[in-house]
Amino acid sequence: MGRLAQTEGLTDDQRDILAAVREFVDNEIIPVATDLEHKDEYPQAIVDGLKEMGVFGLMIPEEYGGLGESLLTYALVVEEIARGWMSVSGVINTHFIVAYMLMQHGTEEQKQNYLPRMATGEVRGAFSMSEPGCGSDVAAITSKAVRDGDDYVLNGQKMWLTNGGSSTLVAVLVLTPGEVAEGSSVYKTMTTFLIEKPEGFGEVRPGLTIPGKIDKMGYKGVDTTELVMDGLRLSAADVLGGEPGKGFYQMMDGVEVGRVNVAARACGLAQRAFELGVEYAQQRVTFGKPIAEHQAVSFRLADMATKVEAAHQMMIMAARKKDSGERNDLEAGMAKYLASEYCRDVVEDSFRIHGGYGYSKEYEIERLYREAPMLLIGEGTADIQRMIIARRLLEDYKSRG
Amino acid sequence: MKIAVCVKQVPDTWAEKALKAADSTLDRDAADGVMNELDEYAVEEALKLTEAHGGEVVVVTMGPERAGETVRKALSMGADSGVHLVDETLHGSDALATSYALAEVLKDRGFDLVMFGSESTDARMSVVPAMVAERLGIAQLTFAQKVEVSGPTVTIQRATETGYDTVEAQTPAVVSVVEKINEPRYPSFKGIMAAKKKPVETLSVSDAGLDAARLGLSAAWSQVEDFAARPPKAAGTIVVDEGDGGAKLAGFLAEQKFI
Repeated sequence: MGRLAQTEGLTDDQRDILAAVREFVDNEIIPVATDLEHKDEYPQAIVDGLKEMGVFGLMIPEEYGGLGESLLTYALVVEEIARGWMSVSGVINTHFIVAYMLMQHGTEEQKQNYLPRMATGEVRGAFSMSEPGCGSDVAAITSKAVRDGDDYVLNGQKMWLTNGGSSTLVAVLVLTPGEVAEGSSVYKTMTTFLIEKPEGFGEVRPGLTIPGKIDKMGYKGVDTTELVMDGLRLSAADVLGGEPGKGFYQMMDGVEVGRVNVAARACGLAQRAFELGVEYAQQRVTFGKPIAEHQAVSFRLADMATKVEAAHQMMIMAARKKDSGERNDLEAGMAKYLASEYCRDVVEDSFRIHGGYGYSKEYEIERLYREAPMLLIGEGTADIQRMIIARRLLEDYKSRG
Repeated sequence: MKIAVCVKQVPDTWAEKALKAADSTLDRDAADGVMNELDEYAVEEALKLTEAHGGEVVVVTMGPERAGETVRKALSMGADSGVHLVDETLHGSDALATSYALAEVLKDRGFDLVMFGSESTDARMSVVPAMVAERLGIAQLTFAQKVEVSGPTVTIQRATETGYDTVEAQTPAVVSVVEKINEPRYPSFKGIMAAKKKPVETLSVSDAGLDAARLGLSAAWSQVEDFAARPPKAAGTIVVDEGDGGAKLAGFLAEQKFI
């Protein structure tokens, strides 16, 4: 077995957890992933297996029934899972972000109410900022909550909810203009609401509709949906953290750990693409020798392995920084940017090594080729990452001239 | 019900295996070590039996320090405690010595069942379960594809080439299992963490009261005089059928002593 993308300094617990996940991925995910993906089928058996294993509670504190593991452990688990099938890591990613937002910003009552059920996977999380007219430009959202006695009434349309249909708890960002002083910054007029709902599509609770799955190029199996609020009535207790006006900052905090997570996915996907490429290159013979012995192909393999290794180490660094309690937006942005770009490169190289067969749906690389672009866009596009990185650089290296 | 499961750490199934030049024994450091696959089925079956009938599962291994990983894997699946026989003297032990050592460790501990995978993927002899049963003087129920326990009676379906035989014995008994028997569980994360806190008894040869002269390479009943790497695959012979293809094929097979 290969020795790429190793992680120094792991505890026995971390190593055992990762070995268990890797075994699960090799036996239960890789053999069925491509078929399920082609059918756009939700990987229920895999999700059930991960639930039993305890993946859904990995980072939730022990006092709420989870394991209280670090972001690093979580990221390494995600990397292993994405090596099998990126969509499966998508199932747990939004769950994890919502759990993280609850852990960091929820009231004690909200934590007690949701976290123990999230730890077992009984409640599964999704979150939503994007709307049909805006994604990266979060401040442009138009969905709104208006107070009505002790309640709030929500109206608006959300877009790109990963796990929109299969989740049972959605954290939604909306404007609450009536709750803050006139003239406040738009960032202080946003509030995160927690919406509990049954699984499924259609009008799942009065005033809340999940219209159906969006048909996508890749990242299939996991349901990506819209969400329509039409007079949805929620109580003041459903405001994350109990206080309106903090939603933007709560979401940004969640997305920051989500970025490490997306970087980890890119690492896993790139590793798989490398494995497939290096294997095929030794099987396929042209001009009397395995193509791996042609310099053009061997150089591709060298580039791929170097990128796999670099992305992994960058992702580890970003996760460890967050675990140490320090701000990691710079590192998370860099890790997400580098890992997703490298992932695209490695997948492309592996695809080229496969030649014509790579274009056939029988070969796994065809699936990876359609999945990799999602990582360039999701959880903040590459260009948004560059904006974040540059902004931080100009703070840190402010000219004294 | 008290069940012992004997497990062995073996080189990863897909790894290139090598012998050491110095003493012609398996180079265990050359590949990752994993729990022998069939032993996972034995652990799973023992856990199922104690889940249904109550009791405890003790995992027993003999092997170098690193074999402790295999004990921990079984504990993370749900076994209650472990026994690890580890000693330089054991290095190079053959099946007879292994069965002697295991039987000595197992006896007097009050096990109702002693379970094994039916063979290991490295040595592939399938004799240790039978030898241990013989040394303990208890019944052996081998190659089980199904196990049922009712009071002191244990009944198995013994897999055969054509189907199965039903075999029954009174406890205590040795049971070895084949892969048809179940689907081993994955350790849960909670199981992995709990495994660290479970007791593992580490025994040396003298702790276990074993006679060192009966153990190790020098006591083995067979000796490896020499070994060589498997030769690379040679190109096959192509038989062109010019009306006499059948005869040519038969001739080739006869020459190779297949017929």
